Amino acid sequence: MSTKPEGRAAEATADRNAVALTRHRGLATWGERLVPLGEFRDASSRSGRVLGDEERERERQRLRQPVGDGADAVELEGPLEGPWSRAIVFGGVYSNHRALEAVLDEAVSWGADAIYCLGDLGGFGPSPERVRPLLAQGGVRVIQGNYEQSLASGAEDCNCGYADPRDNHFAEISYRYTERHCTEEFKRELGELPAARRILVGERELLAAHGSPRRVNEFLFASTTSTPYLEVLCDRFACDGVVCTHTGLHWHRRLPSGRDALNVGVIGRPANDGRREVWYARLEAGARGQPLGVELVPLRYDWSALAREIRAEGLPEEFALTIETGWWTTCLEVLPAKERARSRY
Amino acid sequence: MTSSAAPRVALDGLDVLWFQVSGTLCNLACGHCFVSCSPTNHTHEHMTLEQIRPYLEEGAELGVRELYFTGGEPFLNPEMEAILEEALRFGPATVLTNGLLLDEERCRRLAALAAAADYSLDVRISLDGWNAETNDPVRGDGTFLRILAAIVRLHDAGLNPVVTVTEVSSEHRTDRGKARFLALLRSRGITKPRLKVLPVFQLGAEAERTGGYRSWQRLTASDAPESGWDHLQCSSCRMVTDQGVWVCPILVNEPSARMGETLADALGSFELSHPACWTCHEYGVTCRT
Repeated sequence: MSTKPEGRAAEATADRNAVALTRHRGLATWGERLVPLGEFRDASSRSGRVLGDEERERERQRLRQPVGDGADAVELEGPLEGPWSRAIVFGGVYSNHRALEAVLDEAVSWGADAIYCLGDLGGFGPSPERVRPLLAQGGVRVIQGNYEQSLASGAEDCNCGYADPRDNHFAEISYRYTERHCTEEFKRELGELPAARRILVGERELLAAHGSPRRVNEFLFASTTSTPYLEVLCDRFACDGVVCTHTGLHWHRRLPSGRDALNVGVIGRPANDGRREVWYARLEAGARGQPLGVELVPLRYDWSALAREIRAEGLPEEFALTIETGWWTTCLEVLPAKERARSRY
Repeated sequence: MTSSAAPRVALDGLDVLWFQVSGTLCNLACGHCFVSCSPTNHTHEHMTLEQIRPYLEEGAELGVRELYFTGGEPFLNPEMEAILEEALRFGPATVLTNGLLLDEERCRRLAALAAAADYSLDVRISLDGWNAETNDPVRGDGTFLRILAAIVRLHDAGLNPVVTVTEVSSEHRTDRGKARFLALLRSRGITKPRLKVLPVFQLGAEAERTGGYRSWQRLTASDAPESGWDHLQCSSCRMVTDQGVWVCPILVNEPSARMGETLADALGSFELSHPACWTCHEYGVTCRT
């Protein structure tokens, strides 16, 4: 039996835990009180705020109708664009003007009649203003991402809110750099971009947004986005498919209803797979009554020149390494279990 | 302030569905547990796979995106692995555990389950200090070493857990505190440490440890942000226990937070009259990973 103060503290802890282990015998916790089990259960079973049959049906219907409230909710105004027979869609430029140039070249050689960019023009890469004339010359139809939202509103950071201080550190460097190197005029333009676009490819009406049709900052990763959720999303937004980016990782799923869910990935950095290519999507109209043609395409570009520019601008070595190795070195925290397991870092 | 002044939050979409799969039964009795779980707390009981399946099916119709399983200690439930296997047919699943029942065999089976599924299976293991001196007074004597061993076992089996830390001391929420946890995990060979930090709720055992809520810790209509209440998890989740459907994972010991028998019963709005609602608003809490 110890008489030292820390020994007594440990005993007190042990006593408290021992009491806590058995104190509930026959009793229930009701807020801060212990009450007989039956009392809690009676009160609970009476409490159910049970809706009437009609109200219940109304609530069910409501969950399949468009949502439009909340700061992050996507405005769905705007005309239907198209119909296109071939459209190219990419996201997450991250100031990678070299990949942007390469994807615009491919759009021409493939014969695309429309080109879409789903936002996040800046971050990680060098000289953010360089993408601006390329987008204009290429006639690219751009959607606003969270990065553009932050830049246009004068926010202090990209608002990623990581738990790992290291991730926050790199996110801050990248945001501050981009913020400092964008002209006020460019920022104003970014603030005026639409949050979503309705696109007709052949007979298929697609809703293109940055994170998801619901929120600019919603992550749609393949391994954490259930198929039932995507079906309801298509119902709620009355479309034949949703097209998004934001996660940095590309995937496509044909839903049981025949509709499509597509994350086009990003052209700003590789897909965390050890390859140096970046990814974009080609959409092609199917024949009458046929499904949409969807192809996710790896894009080759001069990655070593980009890495040199990143270093020349004094940006972190970690950003250049990602471009050179194909493995993400920062901001990994958002990855779900499956995607993180495949990741080197 | 009367409760009639409290604002109401609507359910925008049922994104996240929780199951109190082992009720309030636990092999520990942690000093900060907001639901006061213990080996003898039968407020909520274990759920069987047969009880859970109809909710999975109803949830799929409503577009549920992610599934979460908590307790109590979920692995006290003899059907836990079968439940996870079934859940992974519907969507990504996360289980919140104290790690004590994760022996080598179970770690191997969970890793196999995760590898076979298209959706992610995440295991979240709770740890409340970076050494025995900081963890054990909260979670119980000897638990630090046992939890850490479980984290390493699961990691070595091929499943990298998310270590969940509660802000039982103010240092936990600082960058220095988080860095200490990350350094601890790296020192045990976990090269890609994953961390989730949650504030405490001054409910249940925690109310006894540090004192309950003060009268001013209540939400009123004037607290409503311009963007509405969609930062609160009750705008996008519901919790299922063997006693029915509740508004969120926090308020299962409040009979008034029970919303009905089925998910359809629970799609209506909820009054933010509980002081725990203040914590969610103030700290931007989500119990999701």
